[in-house]
Amino acid sequence: MTELLQHLFNGLSLGTIYALVALGYTMVYGVLKLINFAHGDVYMVGAFAGYYLGSVLGTDRAPNLGKAALVTIGAMAICGALGFVIERFAYRPLRHRARLTALITAIGVSFLLEFGFQLNPILRAPIEFPPGPSPRFFPALVDLGAPFDLLGATVSRIDVVGFAVAILLMLGLQWIVYRTRFGVAMRAVSFDSQVAGLMGIPVNRIISGTFVLGSALAAAAGIINASARPRIEPLLGLMSGLKAFVAAVLGGIGSVPGAMVGGLTLGFVEEFVAGYTSSRYRDAIAFTVLIVVLLVRPDGLFGKGRVEKV
Amino acid sequence: MGFRRALVPAAALLLTLAACEKKKSGEAAAPATPQAASPGAKIWFGHVGSLTGGEATFGDSTDKGIKLAIDELNGKGGVKGMQLDLKTYDDQGKPEEAALAATRLITQDKVTVLLGEVASSRSLAMAPIAEANKVPMITPSSTNPKVTKDGDKTRPFVFRVCFIDPFQGTVMAKFATEKGVKKVAILRDVGNAYSVGLADYFLSKFKDLGGTIVNDQSYKAGDQDFKAQLTAIKAKGPEAIYVPGYYTDVALIARQARELGMKAPLMGGDGWDSAKLFEIGGAAIEGSFFSNHYSPEDPSPRIQDFIKRYKARFGAVPDSMAATGYDAAMVAADGLARAKDATGDAAAEAIAATKDFPGVTGVITLDKDHNAVKPAVVLEVKGGKAVYVSTVAPDAPAPAAAAPMTAPNPIPAAKPAGK
Repeated sequence: MTELLQHLFNGLSLGTIYALVALGYTMVYGVLKLINFAHGDVYMVGAFAGYYLGSVLGTDRAPNLGKAALVTIGAMAICGALGFVIERFAYRPLRHRARLTALITAIGVSFLLEFGFQLNPILRAPIEFPPGPSPRFFPALVDLGAPFDLLGATVSRIDVVGFAVAILLMLGLQWIVYRTRFGVAMRAVSFDSQVAGLMGIPVNRIISGTFVLGSALAAAAGIINASARPRIEPLLGLMSGLKAFVAAVLGGIGSVPGAMVGGLTLGFVEEFVAGYTSSRYRDAIAFTVLIVVLLVRPDGLFGKGRVEKV
Repeated sequence: MGFRRALVPAAALLLTLAACEKKKSGEAAAPATPQAASPGAKIWFGHVGSLTGGEATFGDSTDKGIKLAIDELNGKGGVKGMQLDLKTYDDQGKPEEAALAATRLITQDKVTVLLGEVASSRSLAMAPIAEANKVPMITPSSTNPKVTKDGDKTRPFVFRVCFIDPFQGTVMAKFATEKGVKKVAILRDVGNAYSVGLADYFLSKFKDLGGTIVNDQSYKAGDQDFKAQLTAIKAKGPEAIYVPGYYTDVALIARQARELGMKAPLMGGDGWDSAKLFEIGGAAIEGSFFSNHYSPEDPSPRIQDFIKRYKARFGAVPDSMAATGYDAAMVAADGLARAKDATGDAAAEAIAATKDFPGVTGVITLDKDHNAVKPAVVLEVKGGKAVYVSTVAPDAPAPAAAAPMTAPNPIPAAKPAGK
């Protein structure tokens, strides 16, 4: 029973990360019908942004909540800017081309980020940039204390904080998407961008805003993950990004609540299958889920099958 | 107009042909041809190491050990009157890069001896290249038996100056049994030849000695989250966990195990040996044990002198990668000095005949499988560093428990029948 509970908590911790990153995939697909494969690497950049900000602010010497908040918000701002730049220079020029072109460009941006970050440092002070291929140790942003016992399972405090932050961010996103004018505009653009443009919605600005929002969430996910699992390296986003993509598909790509549910579901499935059967196939589980979803219910859990009537 | 349009593709074609031509002539001059001992000529050692990547300290330490050896040899006049020089390539911790680097060293840089790699999976990528080009290759600390042995045949050009995993696996198995541990779980790196091999050897010896393996889990190097595997292990209640992986993963596994409330000590192999292990592992890795090639606490004057020279040059105590790197370079130079001519075959023959060479990691004698037969030490992580516990000699019936090292690295009495 305690083993089950422990796996449940582990799966929750894993699932919130996938959910946060999946939100970025789903929102961008919603407005652009584009799978932004570079999103996993924006998540990686977020983790590194947190690492650099933390080293500049000196969090490893004196971790405190204020600095942690500053680092998180700073990293979110940096990744938001990165998302804006990627959209503006890599995707917007190709918006009226075939969808495949933009997809290939997305893969190109992904490689650019991954291998660009693996170059040996050019800038030495105040930070070593690019970080190079050796993994770095993410400093603890807050000193929370030892893990505590909950109903027999051991839960580490950073997982609790991470979960709380993730829930807050997701609620924040729900509020933005369903209660603000920007959210209405975003949903309008994802429904039909041409007509939305005719109605006076600044489509380019909305799309940029969507990218900024998604990237900021990915940065937050990067920092939460790096605080709990402190090794970061340039290829961090590879596996996690792909799994988050699977989570978005599982939940119904284009659906915001779908991404959240899909992320949590994938986290649980991965944890339970790896814990109870063979852990060798841990990574294969996500892709098996993808294949099953595409065969059985390609619209995902929350996706509506839109039938086009001629 | 037609002429102008054909110009660009024609130019491209010519450039490609020119580039191919250069490569072909480079490959044709394979170093099977003897190198003339002209005055001022240098002997080049090539080193392939993981200077960056997940095991960055391995390549860095080995490189420093090799550099120290070469400088000392050059100070004493070099080998056969020629000075030695070193060319190092970084393989970033990837086997494909290691193979590329080895090829480049052999075909473009014309090295006489190839040194590397620390990781068995990367040495395995390099070995066939050394074989094909007849360049002797000495790996300082790859312990998987497949590096020097291809199936049933010993590779004629590949050697190692360290012990092999069939022996190393027994070291921790014996140590655990001596400490009264009966139930052990294994957590191995499934993508790594070294980790899988070592785990298998430990498993079979531990079971032979009467212990039980309560759980056998896997992970992949670079994985972030080990909690699924650790939770499954925790449920089986092992007294110790054998994690024969590389130091970054091991440090993270230790941290996550402690986060889950697991108090059992971890055990491992020489892949743990890095200053980063203590840096990343922190308090989580305290009280864990690992087997290694040498201990800096060994009072033998030869070893203490080496440590002093290394510290003076590089400002740190050498880890076992630096020490084995130093020994590999020394054995290579010794072999080259004894070689009857400058061909790769003669060099390989001379290196294979290395007997009772006084290395800093022990007395090195290469057996018929080109492996060194040496004792291993067991170290405990105490106070943020590795503290010597005991020495285990090959084929010894029981390890000397916590006894101070009286004789420096005992020479095995009889040559063991090929492990």
